[in-house]
Amino acid sequence: MPLEDAIDTPEAIAGPIDLRAEFAAAGIEEMLAELDRELIGLAPVKTRIREIASLLLIERIRRKMGLSGALPTLHMCFTGNPGTGKTTVALRMAGILHRLGLLRRGHLVSVTRDDLVGQYIGHTAPKTKEILKKAMGGVLFIDEAYYLYRPENERDYGQEAIEILLQVMESQRDDLVVILAGYGERMDRFFDSNPGFRSRIAHHIDFPDYGDDELLALAELMLQGQNYRFKPEARDAFVRYIARRKAQPRFANARSIRNALDRVRLRHANRLVSDPDRLLSAEDVVSIEASDILASRVFA
Amino acid sequence: MRITQGCFSFLPDLTDGQISRQVQYCLDKGWAVNIEFTDDPHPRNTFWDMWGLPMFDLPDAAGVMMELAECRRVYADRYIRLSAFDSGHGWESVKISFLVNRPKEEPGFRLHREEAAGRALRYTTTAYAADRPEGRRYEG
Repeated sequence: MPLEDAIDTPEAIAGPIDLRAEFAAAGIEEMLAELDRELIGLAPVKTRIREIASLLLIERIRRKMGLSGALPTLHMCFTGNPGTGKTTVALRMAGILHRLGLLRRGHLVSVTRDDLVGQYIGHTAPKTKEILKKAMGGVLFIDEAYYLYRPENERDYGQEAIEILLQVMESQRDDLVVILAGYGERMDRFFDSNPGFRSRIAHHIDFPDYGDDELLALAELMLQGQNYRFKPEARDAFVRYIARRKAQPRFANARSIRNALDRVRLRHANRLVSDPDRLLSAEDVVSIEASDILASRVFA
Repeated sequence: MRITQGCFSFLPDLTDGQISRQVQYCLDKGWAVNIEFTDDPHPRNTFWDMWGLPMFDLPDAAGVMMELAECRRVYADRYIRLSAFDSGHGWESVKISFLVNRPKEEPGFRLHREEAAGRALRYTTTAYAADRPEGRRYEG
């Protein structure tokens, strides 16, 4: 039990407990602030993490007062449109739960259907168990989980993997957290055909699409990470770019922004190379000009 | 007769919590943890059957404990031991090995005395359980 180690021996305390001191001791505030800084938007996700952290804090205090309660199940399901940050958040979730003392190791094992489902009779169970053993003490992240179940093939081995998963999710709740991720509508269909799955997952979190200003903030954060920055007029151009790109088909939120920035970097590099006679300053190689963005096909 | 062998043989049988801590120690050291079982209790029997493959890429002991629970379910009436192999250069050997399961009844060993040339005596031990065929030795 991870909590057992994290918590002092239960002792009956009659007096009131200083919540602020407890808060600081758990390092929760610092963690939430970091989350706010590094993840843009995603309000429902942050709310849920805050709730889990609060519950753990109160649970610690309750233990000190000699009141015990079982820990909640932490299995989660992330749904949302492409590029809304499901995978990114899952990667961070392992670290967060570890820091909250809910996971012993805090590593993440990321799998898809291929890693769980075998190719012939008797192949699936050992394969799934092998993955589960590796994920113990951490998070098992199943991306595009709806592929596990193939209703069109009644002899599909996916069902076997689902049954083993469900069994372990129920019996070893203290040992591992399972996070499923996928596009909303297809996950709904997956749950409809596996009702046991839905009820074993306590946290269904829907990732909303990003707003225009959030996308801009994301773009600036991404550029900052790669040591680039927008010139003021380039920033204005990118605001217009976002508005136009959103109206086009197959817009994939943050992923589209990342791809757009990759193309902007190509044009930026090409612009610099096309004029070999000039002397380049550090300013030239980090600043992105409006022309780099306006050359995009969305402005055509 | 309670048979002991390997590490901790002078201690009472380890609890699951204690086994789990030992396994975690082995995994943290990067050793491959094996589950082995047998129903031949002779101390010179070094060839035990393996339960599954060696587990060397697990970060947490819970995975090993899961396999151990499964092995105990199938072979509750046999000896089961955990061993950990250190593949490090220069070692390449088993670093730790201890019993984690034993049959309910352990009948013990018979001592044979063989009179040899001169008045020499040769001693040998045989497990009573080994009188019965393999797989049915501890059925009770």
